[in-house]
Amino acid sequence: MFYNEALGDALRLEMERDPRVIVLGEDIAEHGGAFQVTAGLLDKFGPTRIRQTPISELGIVGAAVGAALTGLRPVVELMYVDFSGLAMDQLVNQAAQNRFMFGGQARVPMVMRTQGGSGRGNAAQHSKSLEAWFTHVAGLKVVMPSTPADAKGLLTTAIRDDDPVIFLEHKLLYRTKGQVPTGEHLVPLGEADVKRAGTDLTIVTWSREVLFSLEAAENLAADGIEAEVIDLRSLVPLDRDAVLASVRRTHRLLVVHEAIKRGGYGGEIAAMVAEDAFDDLDAPPRRLAGLETPIPYAQHLEKSVVPQVNDIIRVAKELLA
Amino acid sequence: MDKATAIDLYRVMRRIRDFEERATVLFGEGKLWGTIHSYAGEEGIAAGVCAHLRNDDWITSTHRGHGHCIAKRADLGRMYAELLGRETGYCRGRGGSMHIADTSKGNLGANGIVGGGIPIATGAALTAKQLGTDQVAVSFFGDGAVNQGGFHESANLAAIWKLPVIYVCENNQYAESLPVKRAFAVEDISRRAEGYGMPGRRVNGRDVRAVYEAAGELIAHARRGGGPAFLVADTYRHEGHYYGDPRKYQTKDEIEGWKTRFDPLVDTRTWITDTKLATQAELDAIDAEVIEEATRAVAWAEAGPPASPIMLPGDVYASY
Repeated sequence: MFYNEALGDALRLEMERDPRVIVLGEDIAEHGGAFQVTAGLLDKFGPTRIRQTPISELGIVGAAVGAALTGLRPVVELMYVDFSGLAMDQLVNQAAQNRFMFGGQARVPMVMRTQGGSGRGNAAQHSKSLEAWFTHVAGLKVVMPSTPADAKGLLTTAIRDDDPVIFLEHKLLYRTKGQVPTGEHLVPLGEADVKRAGTDLTIVTWSREVLFSLEAAENLAADGIEAEVIDLRSLVPLDRDAVLASVRRTHRLLVVHEAIKRGGYGGEIAAMVAEDAFDDLDAPPRRLAGLETPIPYAQHLEKSVVPQVNDIIRVAKELLA
Repeated sequence: MDKATAIDLYRVMRRIRDFEERATVLFGEGKLWGTIHSYAGEEGIAAGVCAHLRNDDWITSTHRGHGHCIAKRADLGRMYAELLGRETGYCRGRGGSMHIADTSKGNLGANGIVGGGIPIATGAALTAKQLGTDQVAVSFFGDGAVNQGGFHESANLAAIWKLPVIYVCENNQYAESLPVKRAFAVEDISRRAEGYGMPGRRVNGRDVRAVYEAAGELIAHARRGGGPAFLVADTYRHEGHYYGDPRKYQTKDEIEGWKTRFDPLVDTRTWITDTKLATQAELDAIDAEVIEEATRAVAWAEAGPPASPIMLPGDVYASY
């Protein structure tokens, strides 16, 4: 099953299970969503539950906040994460903080699904990786699945979660294929997944870079280097134990992400390991991440600013040198 | 209007005025900190609108939110306790004046972001529509919020989806320090409703009867499935934008003139006694009851324990 179909499967099952689940977003009805995640859902659930909206990101997200506060479980589809700036007040000042500000009186069970990442020539306003923005806000959860199975399982869990969840997909993962459990499938938030076991270094990564890291790991294995690839899957909550346990075995950490390095979530992982497992390290933690630039248009330029498989191989070897 | 309704409107307005005066004193005594925004002068709007709301109807409020909270039947003791940073406060000392919410009464919170509650009320109305109930949502906001994008986006959503939400603009003449004349090219803000395809009404916010009547019609219309509406109530805030505002953007003459000319409490007393719905003595007795109730509420609040330490992640997340 394709990644986008797996997401659609999760939506369908949760909408069948719970009438309070509704979907709000642009182009999600007849068109089936910009990435065909909601394809077929309009026919099944009708226009009140697959509620196509005008292009009003702040209004859509705010309506979801209000609906979540009053008993629905809305799932918002925001077409590009780059548009989240338009909705940021409702995410950061409202959804994230209502529970805390109101002394625990409120719950905001909503999901904002959106997608980011480069690799499709969409240029600077449609290609960013902005997860670090959201991880920096107390009150939000941040999820970034890399496989179809995880996409389905994490979205199901996110919809049932009582907190606002920022669910970040990657535009180049939608047409990736994988085995997906049929029927109900739940993947807990805050549980990393060892996508490849290894002994020589720990690669911590998420989203599309998981695929790159796995490919790099196969290449490294040919050179006798066994990399462990940990897919965080959810950045908040963070599975600290999984990362620390792995680093304590491999003694080396490489964090790989597409988002720019400065202020990126990789810094958080590296700092955590430095604080809590410093004595276990045989080398300084390394971060391999996007350059501090907007995403350029031309294909060769676009590739040049985000980590590619060869970059991961190179830095892994440096780390072991 | 029957006597019980008139008396109740007066009582709510008196409660609000008393709360604002008392909160100001507590602030002056150094018992509150942060900031508070007085609703004095605007009482007739919250009272007149909320008189039509049930406990299961929703409101969203503003930084100037004490009045809406009281009109939605909040417990005064828990409000004072919140201002005083007590565990017994509505938000357990985590929110303060600008974030008081009482979800048990449908109050989805004051809001420190101008216009922040407008999309939220719209979403609450979506819940009512989706679940097929006859609940309504009311969003209170000031003239400043009408120039936020969230107002435009939400009003349009509510109109195309026929959501049961009433947008209530309290035009108190200033967005912080900016006079409405410099913020709007139209004189009558309610005209904006036409652009969204919803009814727009403008009333004198000093006249609680006018607010009550207009809100009653619009709320009943929304409850019947007729869709959203925009109600603009012209008003004036007696105090500055916040406690301690030097008010350099206003003249003394203006402030004193408005305060003399514009006091909805005085007006309400006058019409109630003129129409013989109640006597001065009866209204004085209500004043005394309000004072007695507030005195007890403050004492209860002051006796409460300080807000408990922040617990992570439980204070921030429902589950983690």
